[in-house]
Amino acid sequence: MDIFLQQIVNGLVQGSIYALVALGYTMVYGIMGLINFAHGEVVMIGTLTAITVAGSLLAAGMPPALAGLAALIVATLLCMALGWGLERIAYRPLRNAPRLTPLITAIGMSIILQNLAMILWGRNYQTFPPLFPKVNFELAGVHFTAVQVIIVLLSAATMLSLTLLVYRTKLGMAMRATAQNPAVAGLMGVNSNRVISAAFVIGSALAALAGIMVGAYYEIAHYQMGFMLGLKAFTAAVLGGIGNLLGAMAGGILLGLIEALGAGYIGDLTGGFLGSHYQDIFAFMVLIVVLMFRPSGLFGEKTGDRA
Amino acid sequence: MSDNTNPTHKPVLLAAKQVAKHFGGVKALRDVSLTIRQGEIYGLIGPNGAGKTTFFNCMTGLYIPDGGGFDFTGTPLVADAPDQAAARGIARTFQNIRLFGNMSALENVMVGRHVRTRAGVIGAMFNSAATRAEEAAIRERAMALLHYVDIAERADDLAKNLSYGEQRRLEIARALATEPKLLCLDEPAAGMNATETGELRELIEGIRGDGTTVLLIEHDVKLVMGLCDRVAVLDYGALVIEDVPAVVQNDQRVIEAYLGA
Amino acid sequence: MSIKNWLLPRSTVGIGLIAIALIALPFALATGGQAWVRIANFAILYVFLALGLNIVVGLAGLLDLGYIAFYAVGAYTWALLASPHFGLHLPVWAILPIGAACACVAGVLLGSPTLKLRGDYLAIVTLGFGEIVRIFMNNLNAPINITNGAQGITLIDPVKIGDFSFAGNSTIFGLTLSGPQKYYFLLVALALLVIVVNLRLQNSRIGRAWQAIREDEIAAKAVGINTRNVKLLAFAMGASFGGIAGGVFAAMQGFVSPESFSLIESVMILAMVVLGGMGHIPGVILGAVLLAILPEALRYGVAPLQQLLFGKVLVDPESLRMLIFGLALVLVMRFKPAGLWPAPERKAHGNPNPEEGRA
Ligand SMILES: Nc1ncnc2c1ncn2[C@@H]1O[C@H](COP(=O)(O)OP(=O)(O)OP(=O)(O)O)[C@@H](O)[C@H]1O
Ligand SMILES: [Mg+2]
Repeated sequence: MDIFLQQIVNGLVQGSIYALVALGYTMVYGIMGLINFAHGEVVMIGTLTAITVAGSLLAAGMPPALAGLAALIVATLLCMALGWGLERIAYRPLRNAPRLTPLITAIGMSIILQNLAMILWGRNYQTFPPLFPKVNFELAGVHFTAVQVIIVLLSAATMLSLTLLVYRTKLGMAMRATAQNPAVAGLMGVNSNRVISAAFVIGSALAALAGIMVGAYYEIAHYQMGFMLGLKAFTAAVLGGIGNLLGAMAGGILLGLIEALGAGYIGDLTGGFLGSHYQDIFAFMVLIVVLMFRPSGLFGEKTGDRA
Repeated sequence: MSDNTNPTHKPVLLAAKQVAKHFGGVKALRDVSLTIRQGEIYGLIGPNGAGKTTFFNCMTGLYIPDGGGFDFTGTPLVADAPDQAAARGIARTFQNIRLFGNMSALENVMVGRHVRTRAGVIGAMFNSAATRAEEAAIRERAMALLHYVDIAERADDLAKNLSYGEQRRLEIARALATEPKLLCLDEPAAGMNATETGELRELIEGIRGDGTTVLLIEHDVKLVMGLCDRVAVLDYGALVIEDVPAVVQNDQRVIEAYLGA
Repeated sequence: MSIKNWLLPRSTVGIGLIAIALIALPFALATGGQAWVRIANFAILYVFLALGLNIVVGLAGLLDLGYIAFYAVGAYTWALLASPHFGLHLPVWAILPIGAACACVAGVLLGSPTLKLRGDYLAIVTLGFGEIVRIFMNNLNAPINITNGAQGITLIDPVKIGDFSFAGNSTIFGLTLSGPQKYYFLLVALALLVIVVNLRLQNSRIGRAWQAIREDEIAAKAVGINTRNVKLLAFAMGASFGGIAGGVFAAMQGFVSPESFSLIESVMILAMVVLGGMGHIPGVILGAVLLAILPEALRYGVAPLQQLLFGKVLVDPESLRMLIFGLALVLVMRFKPAGLWPAPERKAHGNPNPEEGRA
């Protein structure tokens, strides 16, 4: 039972991070039908930037809280610029190209960002500087750290603000309208370029935040970390129903839970045949099962191709 | 009009039974029932958004109806199986032409032969005699169909480079290549001038003359009334009337449907 | 058809010249060392792989990002059935078909639930599948040691036909051939085979069905193509070719480990198909040869060049090479979406109708 609760907590933390990243995928997909493969790379750049900024500020004697704030701001701004540039330079010229074209471009951008990061930060693992107090709590036999609490609370707050943005502001309305029907939204005076840029920028800001969380949680980062994270976050988005914001959040948390419980129990389930290093396969199993039985995800509406 | 043939004596080819389809709140089809008899040219008309194309899509298995179904040659059509509908003998064209753009006109029609031929990958890899013979037959038949719709000289051009009228004809040739019992045309005359429409009319009459039943969606009322043996009118997804053109033309509800739209 | 025109050059002289060049190449390369012959061998292996993937991506338009998984299945099948690991040493005529069949089964298993989905979902699922296969290869060393984990499997048997082994030197008709040179000719033969298969499939009933699905899936359904089965067939065919290539790879190397089958390899092969000219056989060959040689050229060129310019190696040649791949993908999609050497008929006419992008 303790393991169970412990894994629930771990899953919740991991799931909050997935949810933040999944939101970026879902917004872009919902509005322009593109799987932005490079999104995971944006997360990675966020983490590594934060490490560099916070690390050097700490070394210069700045208090951790300030250094952390500065790292957050710099990483977020950089990622927003990156997301914006990505769309402008790579995807926008392909707006009317056949579907596979932007997908391949996205793969190309992902490779470029990964290797740029490798050139800038090197092949080795980077350690995340100690920004948060190393406090441990225990409640009903379950252990958790300050970082875990912060991650869950911060992502909950972020998701709440995003929901308000999308459902209560003009920009949000324009985004929803464009996702529904770009042509009609255009006729009603929505500037679709601006909406798409906004989706990329907001998604990238969330990615930066998620990136810092991953870094703080695992205390380690690497130029290849974005790929698997991105893939899983995309899975979360599909699980929740791609294009659906609430779905992405729920899908992220759910995937985090599935993974944590799966990793905790896979040994027992398979009679010790498979160990916890198979954790990564759960996401894909989930993806395949969801696509088989409910391709529109848990919360998505059923849509068909128009013939 | 063909007053001399009394269609009510012909066997039923297709019977739609209470077909319903909705998209979210939009009721695109409301329990539509109608019967098409063998050898007819049957017109399906109605204002924009009346559900005509949706009817086609349900019939050809591209959409799954939310209620009701179709009998074809006396046996039910399997929903959600467009390839089976084609194999049973229903062929169609699309309102917004859907050709295989980067394939030649000839290849487009050859694809239409797919459902009536058998060759598999093994035969193709070893280039067996049977495969070669079938391939030659496919090519010959496809070429003949291009001649039939009068675009044989464009055989080797990519479909996307054909003119609009040629594309419409190519789509019909591709549909005919599947040897349909029922040929469904979705607004084939859209965007055509008077001469082209005249040629199209001859083509459709020729196809019927060869024994193929034709179901025609068309906005050109003159064409429909002149060409069709019977006409059904849809409005807001519901069947308004199904009768010979002379009756339909003078029906008060039909006039209202069109004026109201 | 233009493709035919190209591959069946008007003059037999053309064929003769190509044949002579292909025969002379390994001897010319050997003067620079066997390493060059090995590079050529890998280039041809990539041609084989790329043409296998071309069936899936180029003809049928299915974006398969896990192609390397099938290659891995083939390689491991060979490694397990012809090495001291299990003490099995099956003959080539048994292993190669088994490898192809295993890869084919893997393809069908993966394809059947996913192929009815939209194209971009397929991309992500295949990508995930490639990772699953790699994770299993990495970890299936305990509790039962099947794959030997990250260490991989060594001492794999070379290709042997009867008593004739492709490893080590041997003398044929008074000509001494090294191991790599013998593999070279084997690979050329395999590549020719896959070219012929590609050509024949392209102009066959099924090949046309694949292209029809690529062009417009809904229209393809409406003319009676069972798109799910036909797509599955493309997937299975591509997977089988991947399996064969993997087997040859394992035998040629004498060693396999999960490291050779990372996602980036899948992307590389896809890049070969896409950059060369999706669906256009000469283009795909060009793409494969270019991208297989490029890293070697970079390896031998970039580091010394940086030495010369800056006095030290500033940028790791490996990441520079990947950077160039990435850039090439992006730029080609932007400026030459049909590839560097597209089928001539498509060249002049810009984008196909934009509707194709969104349905
Ligand atoms: N795939 C779909 N998703 C959502 N709504 C749809 C879809 N297909 C059709 N509709 C809606 O169903 C209704 C009927 O459309 P349909 O295309 O069948 O009309 P139609 O009679 O063919 O009109 P037109 O003469 O303009 O072609 C319309 O309101 C349309 O918007
Ligand atoms: Mg219509």
